[in-house]
Amino acid sequence: MRKRSLIPLVYILFLLLPIYWLLAMSFKTTNEILAGFTLFPQTFTLANYRTIFTDPTWYWGYINSIIYVSINTVLSVLVALPAAYAFSRYRFLGDKHLFFWLLTNRMAPAAVFALPFFQLYSAIGLFDTHIAVALAHCLFNIPLAVWILEGFMSSVPKELDETAYVDGYSFPRFFVTIFLPTIKAGVGVAAFFCFMFSWVEMLLAKTLTAVYAKPIVATMTRTASSAGYELGLLAAAGTLTIIPGAIVIYFVRNYIAKGFALGRV
Amino acid sequence: MRSVNQKAWFFVLPVLVLVAFNALIPIMTVVNYSVQETFGNNQFFWHGLGWFQDILQSDRFRAALGRQVLFTVMVLAIQVPLGIVIALAMPRKGFWVPVCLVLMALPMLIPWNVVGAMWNIFTLPKIGMMGYFLNDVLGIRYDMTQDPVAAWVTIVVMDVWHWTSLVVLLCYAGLVSIPDAYYQAAKIDGASPWKVFRYIQLPKMKTVLTIAILLRFMDSFNVYTEPFVLTGGGPGNSTTLLSIDLVKIALGQFDLGPAAAMSLIYFAITLLVSWLFYTLMTKDDRR
Repeated sequence: MRKRSLIPLVYILFLLLPIYWLLAMSFKTTNEILAGFTLFPQTFTLANYRTIFTDPTWYWGYINSIIYVSINTVLSVLVALPAAYAFSRYRFLGDKHLFFWLLTNRMAPAAVFALPFFQLYSAIGLFDTHIAVALAHCLFNIPLAVWILEGFMSSVPKELDETAYVDGYSFPRFFVTIFLPTIKAGVGVAAFFCFMFSWVEMLLAKTLTAVYAKPIVATMTRTASSAGYELGLLAAAGTLTIIPGAIVIYFVRNYIAKGFALGRV
Repeated sequence: MRSVNQKAWFFVLPVLVLVAFNALIPIMTVVNYSVQETFGNNQFFWHGLGWFQDILQSDRFRAALGRQVLFTVMVLAIQVPLGIVIALAMPRKGFWVPVCLVLMALPMLIPWNVVGAMWNIFTLPKIGMMGYFLNDVLGIRYDMTQDPVAAWVTIVVMDVWHWTSLVVLLCYAGLVSIPDAYYQAAKIDGASPWKVFRYIQLPKMKTVLTIAILLRFMDSFNVYTEPFVLTGGGPGNSTTLLSIDLVKIALGQFDLGPAAAMSLIYFAITLLVSWLFYTLMTKDDRR
C-alpha cells in the first residue's frame, strides 16, 4: 500500500516543479535571473507584482478576463439548463443528431475559426468588447455544459417531476424550487468547466480584442515581445493567472471527479 | 423512458441559436474562401476545388500533418496508460483525496500561453531549472532552440504535464463508482491483481476512458497555443504542427484560399477520426 501511494506523490511533484519555478522566478530580480541558476530567490523582491498592480495596462488585463469569463459562464449555464433538461427528459425530432452536432463543435480547431470570427464580430460591431469573447467561447462551452448537465439530470428519477406536477407545481416553479437544488452539484461542475475553458483559451480571446477588452493572456504575449527579456514580470503575471482557477477549483473539489463520469458518451 | 414531446425544441432553441451563430456563419465563411482566389482589393474569383488539390499534393501540408499525427500518437500513447496507472494507485477515500485532485487539476487551469511561457522559463539552459539540471548537473547537452529532438521531447513532456490529469480524473471517477462487493467477490475467487484490473476495473472504466481518449485526441490534434509559445514551430520547421502552419498561412501570409481549404481538410480529419473511434467504442453497447 505504501509503495503504491508513491506513484501519485511522484506525479504531483512533477506537476508542481514548473509551477514552483514560475513562482520562484516571479520573486527574483531581472539581474538575478540572468546571472544564472538559483533554487531560491537570493534577493527577494515584490517589484514584479508592484508593476502589475500599479500599471493599468497590466491589471486591466485581469479585470477584462474576469469580466468575459463570468459573462460566458453565466450565459452558458443558463441556456444549457433548459436544453439539458429537454435532452434528459424528452424525445423529439432530431434529438440524437442535435446532441452529436453540439459535441462536434468541440472538435473544430480554434485556429480554423480565428479569422472568420474576427470578420463576423467586426461586421456586427462587437469587436473589442467583452461580449464578443463571451459569445465566441460559447462555441465550445455550451456543448460541454449541456453534456455535463444532461448527465446529472438523467440520474434524477423522473418520478420527481411527476410528483411535483401532481402536487400542482407549475413547470417554472418546479424547475427553480425543486429541480435546480437537486442538481446543484451538476450546476457547480458545469460552471467550473465553463470557467476553466474560457479562462485558459487565448487564440480567440486575443483575435477578438484590441484595446478595451484585451485579456491578460494577450497582454502577456505583447509585453513579453516588446519589453524583451523581462522574465520576472512574465513569471509574476503568469503566477497571478493561476489564482482564479485555484480559487474556483477549491469550491468544487468534492465534485470534480464526478463531473465527467456522469456524462453520457 | 423518455416521452415524445416536440415542444422540447423550445428548450433547446437558445442553445441552438447561440451555437449555430458561432459555428455555422464562420464555417460558411471558410467554405466561401476555400473555393475562391483573390488578388487583393476584396476582389474574389471562382477557383473551384483548386486549393484543395494544391493542399493535398503539397509536401508542406503532408509534413505538417505528419508532425501533428506523430504528436497526437505520442501524447495518447503516454498519457492514457500513465493516467490509468496513477488513477489505480490513488487512495480511494480519506483526507488526501481532495488534496490530490485539486493539485492534479492545477495544470489544466493555467492559461495555455502561460503554460508555454512557463515551460520556456523552466527549460532555458543555464537559467531554467530543467535546463540547468540537464546541462550542468547531469551533463546532457540540452537546448531546445537548437536541437529538434530536444524540442520534441519538451513539447511532449509539456503536454503530458498539462493534460495527463484529465485522464487521471476521469479514470478515478470511473474507479470510485465500482462497489466494494465486486472486489470482495474477486478476493474470494482468488483473482490476481491483473485479473481484477482486466475484468472488473477496465470494463467499469470503459465509458470514462472513451471520453478521455476522445477529448485528448481532439485537443492534442488541435493543439496550437502551448507548442507555439514554447518553440514557435522551431528549430527550423521541426515542431511546426498543422495548426501552427495553418495560422502561419492564414494570419501571417494572409493566403485566405489555401488556409480555408486547409482548415476544412483539417476539420474533416478530426471529425472522421472522432466519429470512427466513437462508433467503434460504443458498438457493443447498442446491441
